[in-house]
Amino acid sequence: MLLKKGAEASLFLEQWHGRKVVMKKRLPKKYRLPQLDESIRSYRTVHEPQLMHQSKEAGVPSPTIFLVDVEEANIVMEFIEGDQVKQILHTLTTEGRRKLCSYIGMLIGNLHKHGIIHGDLTTSNMILTPHGKIVFVDFGLGEFSTELEARGVDLHLMKRAFQSTHYKYAKEGFEAVMEGYSDVTGKKLAEDLLKKIREIEERGRYVSREEG
Amino acid sequence: MHRSAMTYCLGIESTADDFSVGIVTFEGEALANVTSTYMSESGGIHPREAAQHHTRVVGKVLREALRKAHIEPKDVEIVAFSQGPGMGPCLRTGATAARALASYLDVPLMGVNHLVAHIEIGRLATGAEDPVTLFVSGGNTIVAAFDVGRYRIFGETLDIAIGNCIDVFAREAGLRPEEGLPVAAMVEELASRGVVFVPLPYTVKGMDLSFSGLLTAATELLRKTKYRLEDLCHSLQEGIFSMLTEVTERALAHTEKKEVLLTGGVAANKRLQTMLEIIAKEHEARFCVVPKQFAMDNGTMIAWMGILAYQHGLKVPIEKSFVRLKWRLDEVDVPWMKR
Ligand SMILES: Nc1ncnc2c1ncn2[C@@H]1O[C@H](COP(=O)(O)OP(=O)(O)OP(=O)(O)O)[C@@H](O)[C@H]1O
Ligand SMILES: Nc1ncnc2c1ncn2[C@@H]1O[C@H](COP(=O)(O)OP(=O)(O)OP(=O)(O)O)[C@@H](O)[C@H]1O
Repeated sequence: MLLKKGAEASLFLEQWHGRKVVMKKRLPKKYRLPQLDESIRSYRTVHEPQLMHQSKEAGVPSPTIFLVDVEEANIVMEFIEGDQVKQILHTLTTEGRRKLCSYIGMLIGNLHKHGIIHGDLTTSNMILTPHGKIVFVDFGLGEFSTELEARGVDLHLMKRAFQSTHYKYAKEGFEAVMEGYSDVTGKKLAEDLLKKIREIEERGRYVSREEG
Repeated sequence: MHRSAMTYCLGIESTADDFSVGIVTFEGEALANVTSTYMSESGGIHPREAAQHHTRVVGKVLREALRKAHIEPKDVEIVAFSQGPGMGPCLRTGATAARALASYLDVPLMGVNHLVAHIEIGRLATGAEDPVTLFVSGGNTIVAAFDVGRYRIFGETLDIAIGNCIDVFAREAGLRPEEGLPVAAMVEELASRGVVFVPLPYTVKGMDLSFSGLLTAATELLRKTKYRLEDLCHSLQEGIFSMLTEVTERALAHTEKKEVLLTGGVAANKRLQTMLEIIAKEHEARFCVVPKQFAMDNGTMIAWMGILAYQHGLKVPIEKSFVRLKWRLDEVDVPWMKR
């Protein structure tokens, strides 16, 4: 059964040895040259499970991987019961939202501390389980890095997701994320990153165009 | 010709290397558009030199636009100008001309956002109602869509703009603009004859993009005589356009909009159009591309934005008409969009 059609992949809900699993299929993209398409799909199929595995090691919940088929660019993983944070954020009280966002920030902080960059931090890629756990999914664009730049971009994406999708509480939401982040990584890094994010936001604007 | 019942807006665009004047009726009919482009020796833009060029051509471009539209200066009922974002000296030249004209004619002055203008002219020209917009030009790379009162930015470049990336590569490859043919169009033509694909860095972060690593790698390959220029142009285009298409598709999947609008100077590229058309079809969305004359920077879009802003009471008093170099797309209210 088709669970979701993402931009990159189609996700199917299936039974696999008596378990409910998600089969993430990276189908070929007709717009890309086959050669480029294959290399992107297989690269991501190999890397996503590695990052998910490391994420667990870092204490950040992510789906358990059962099977990886690089040839077909398929990944079979645990099905996570629950709601996308995107769907439920507006149903919370201000305090509840602050707590959840701060918790998300702690998880991001843990990922970064362990050298993991998620690569697509949006509230659709975080699932709130009935037990109140947050599970991170979609590591397809992730990488291993401890550089300030990579961490800054990761958090910038989170901030952007709030601004584009949760504009009403973008400010409080992202501030709470940074609070939680700061709690696990320390004030100094969090402050450096806030500066970095500002710098990233300034780039790509007209100003940075070659004016030579 | 009797046009006395109509109301005209004159728009001045001067964010970068183009100085352009457009005249549009309140019904959205574009009557004239005249552009003068500053060309530098090096290919890059020197803001002050560009501004000097603009100052030199203001009178000529204005006269030519009025002549083409068959109207007199006194027929102009609104003056609009691009207030930002852009290069300071260039913006100021346009703003000064607009202020002078508006106060001389004693008509309202409208300072409008250049980025919103690109989207609005796209909607007007293609009939798109509520699209995911990919705006790609010499200075911008933005994926945006409307939500509650504003155009929200879903993705943008983390370093250089896509048009700039192509232009720099082209210059490094020794291409020089010819009459009416930008270097990027030469890259497109060369690419169409490319066969070998050389992999280049592919950097997508969520819905954001980075081109500088790819540009460096591509430029280095130029120095290796091993590859034909056709193949390198082909590889460059395939790489950067695949990245653009990927993030546009991601925005489309997230927003579930039913239209894709391609705008900005790079929209002229046929290969990019083809790629976006494919993802639009896959998501059952209509693909819209802005006609060439409205894709590049133009006064028409500024005039049209001026009309929309005027109709929604967004006036700009002359003393508040200072230019805004870094004015963001998502800082602008767009009350004409419903919901
Ligand atoms: N293991 C899982 N269990 C339950 N839901 C999942 C699981 N993995 C992903 N999802 C849901 O499906 C959505 C799409 O999955 P995913 O993000 O992996 O696909 P994608 O095609 O890579 O997405 P994108 O559109 O960001 O490219 C996620 O946002 C998430 O809400
Ligand atoms: N055929 C083409 N293929 C790809 N790019 C093209 C083509 N023709 C023109 N361009 C690009 O269009 C850009 C110019 O477009 P435009 O006038 O919209 O940009 P700009 O003057 O830099 O303005 P903006 O302020 O909107 O960023 C150039 O950078 C050029 O590379």
